[in-house]
Amino acid sequence: MDYMLSEDLMAIRDICAEIAAKHIRPVRAQLDEENRFPREIMGVLAQSDLFTIYIPEAYGGTGMGSLALCVATEELSRACGGIAVSYAANALGAMPILLFGTEEQKQKFLPPLASGEKLCAFALTESEAGSDAAGIKTRAVRDGDHYVLNGTKQWITNGGEAQIYTVIAMTDPTRGARGATAFIVEEGTPGFTYGKKEDKMGIRASSTRELVFEDCRVPAENLISREGMGFMVAMKTLDNSRPGVAAQAIGIAQGALDEALVYASGRRQFGQRIDSFQGIQFMLADMATSIEAARALTYSVARMIDAGKGRFEKESAMAKVFASDVAMKVTTDAVQILGGYGYMKEYPVEKMMRDAKITQIYEGTNQIQRTVIASALIRETAAGKR
Amino acid sequence: MKFVVAVKQVPDTAEVRIDHERGTLIRDGVPSILNPFDTYALEEALKWRDTLGGTVTVITMGPPQAEAVLTEAISMGADEGILLTDRAFAGSDTWATSHTIAEAVRKITGVDAVFCGKQAIDGDTAQTGPGIAASLDWPQVTFVGRVREMTDRSMVCERYVETGIQVLRVTLPAVITVLKDANVPRIPSLRGKMRARTFKPVAWGALDLGLTPGETGLEGSPTKVVTTATPEARAGGSIHRGTPGELASIMADLLLGREGTR
Repeated sequence: MDYMLSEDLMAIRDICAEIAAKHIRPVRAQLDEENRFPREIMGVLAQSDLFTIYIPEAYGGTGMGSLALCVATEELSRACGGIAVSYAANALGAMPILLFGTEEQKQKFLPPLASGEKLCAFALTESEAGSDAAGIKTRAVRDGDHYVLNGTKQWITNGGEAQIYTVIAMTDPTRGARGATAFIVEEGTPGFTYGKKEDKMGIRASSTRELVFEDCRVPAENLISREGMGFMVAMKTLDNSRPGVAAQAIGIAQGALDEALVYASGRRQFGQRIDSFQGIQFMLADMATSIEAARALTYSVARMIDAGKGRFEKESAMAKVFASDVAMKVTTDAVQILGGYGYMKEYPVEKMMRDAKITQIYEGTNQIQRTVIASALIRETAAGKR
Repeated sequence: MKFVVAVKQVPDTAEVRIDHERGTLIRDGVPSILNPFDTYALEEALKWRDTLGGTVTVITMGPPQAEAVLTEAISMGADEGILLTDRAFAGSDTWATSHTIAEAVRKITGVDAVFCGKQAIDGDTAQTGPGIAASLDWPQVTFVGRVREMTDRSMVCERYVETGIQVLRVTLPAVITVLKDANVPRIPSLRGKMRARTFKPVAWGALDLGLTPGETGLEGSPTKVVTTATPEARAGGSIHRGTPGELASIMADLLLGREGTR
C-alpha cells in the first residue's frame, strides 16, 4: 500500500534497507547465537544520521518525528528485531528529556544522542514492578544539591551499553505512583553499576541488563520535571514510544512474510511449487493483509503524534497490541510454511518467531494495553465524547 | 586538506549482455551506476577529510545524466561536485580523459590529493588515474590497499602488488588509485540525501578548461579501436578421483601430454 511517505521518509527507509542488506543480514544469526550487542552497526546507524530523526534540529537532530522513527525501526526490524530495538530503545530513553527536560538538560544530553556518540536507555521496570509500575522500590532521597539513589532496575534494554539513563525512582513511597520522580543518570556516576546480563529467548543481539544503584549521588539538576511527576513522565514516554514497538513488530512480521514467500515459490512437493496450494496461499494472503492493517494503524497513530493534537494513549496502545499480535501470528505461520526447515536455525524464521514474542510483552504487556484502551473508552463515554 | 575524487558513471556490467555478432556491449536498458571501485576512492577521501578536516570535491566527465553519480557522492558526504560535460569531450579515450580531468584539477587550484578507483568496470584499463598524475606531473601510487597516514605534506600508502606489499611515502600533491581492500564505503546519510535532493553540480566545458579540440574528445584521442572480439569459451576440464598418489600420476600424464594409463 502506498502511504504517501515524504521524500525524507523514503530516504530513511532506503538508508535502513541498505544498512540491513550490507551490515545486518550477514551477521544477524551470529549476533543472535552469541548474544552480542551490535556496536559496529550502531556506528553505521550514527554515521547515516539515523539517531538524529527523533531529536529536534535545535539539539543536533533532524527533527523528523514519530512516523520517521517508525519507518526506520520497521525497516531495521525486517532484518533483525534485536538490532532494531537496540536502536529504537535510544528514542525511548531520550523521550523523558524530549518531553519534560529543561532547556539546559536538552542542550547537555540530546546532541551526543543525535550524533550517536552516546546511547540512551529508559529504566522503569524492577523485579516486583513490571505492569504495576507504581510498585517500584528504588528510592531517591534528597541530600543537599544531590539525590541519593538506592535500588535495582531490571531488564533494561541497552543496559550496560548506554551512557545516559532516564531512571524512575521513588522520592516519596507513601504517595504511591505520585511519589515517583524521573532522573537522568550518567554512566560513571559513583554508586551506579551494572548487574546481571540476561540470556533471552529472542532479540538476543540487544543488551538487557540490571542497573544497580548503591548510594548513587545524582545531581539535583538531573531531575526531570518535578518531584512526584515520575509516573506521569513514564506514562507519557510510553504513550509516545509504543508506535515504535508496533513498528518493530510490523518489521519482524514483514521479514517473516518475505522469507515465506521466497521459500513457498521455490519449494516443490507433489510435483509442484507449494505456493500453488490453496492452503499455503490463504496463509500468505492472511499474513500480508494483517501486516498491512497493522501498518496502516501504526502509521496513522504516528501521524497523530506528529500532528501534536490531542491525546493518543488509546490509539498508541491499539497499534502496539494489534501489531505485536500480528507479528506473533505471522512469524508462527512463516515457520509453519517453511515446515521442518523453518524450525531449523539455518533459516531465519525461527529467530523471527522468537524475536516477535517480546513485542507482546515489553513496554506494557498486551493485557495492560487492553486495560489502557478500555479505560479510555469508558472515560470518553462518561465524558460524552463518544 | 583539499581532496578531489575522480569518478565515472558506468553501465552495471552485471546487467550487460554481449552482441556476439558485432562484438560490442548491448547497453540499451542497462542501468548506470557509480563505478564500484570509485566508491572506495570516495570513502578513502571522505575518511581522511573527516580526520584532518577540509573538503572533498567529486569530478566526473560524461553526458549530462552523469550528474547522477555526483549526486550519489554528495549523499555519501562529498562537499562539492563538478560535471565535465561538453560535446567536444565526446569520444575521449583514456589519454584525452586524463588530460581533461587534470585540467579541471588545475582549475580548482590548491588540491592536495586526487583519489581514483583502481579501474572502471566497463573499460578495465586502469589508465585514467595514472594519466591524470602524468598530465599534472604529480607523483602517483597505484593499487593502494591502505593509506597508513597522511599529513599536509605527504602520505604513506601500502601498494598491493603481486610480489607483496610496497610501503611508499609520497609527497603531496599526488594521485592515488584505490583498491577495494582499503575500506568499507559508507552508506549515504540522511543529511547527505537531503542535501543531494537540491544539489546542482558546477558544469565545466572545454572552453572553461581552455582545451582545444586537439587536446580532448575524439581528435585528442590517439587510441583507435580496430576490432573487438569475445574470447572462445574454454573447455570444461575433467574431474578425476583417486588416492593422492594416483592423482599425482594422472596430473603428470596430463601435463606431459602422455596417454593416461587409465
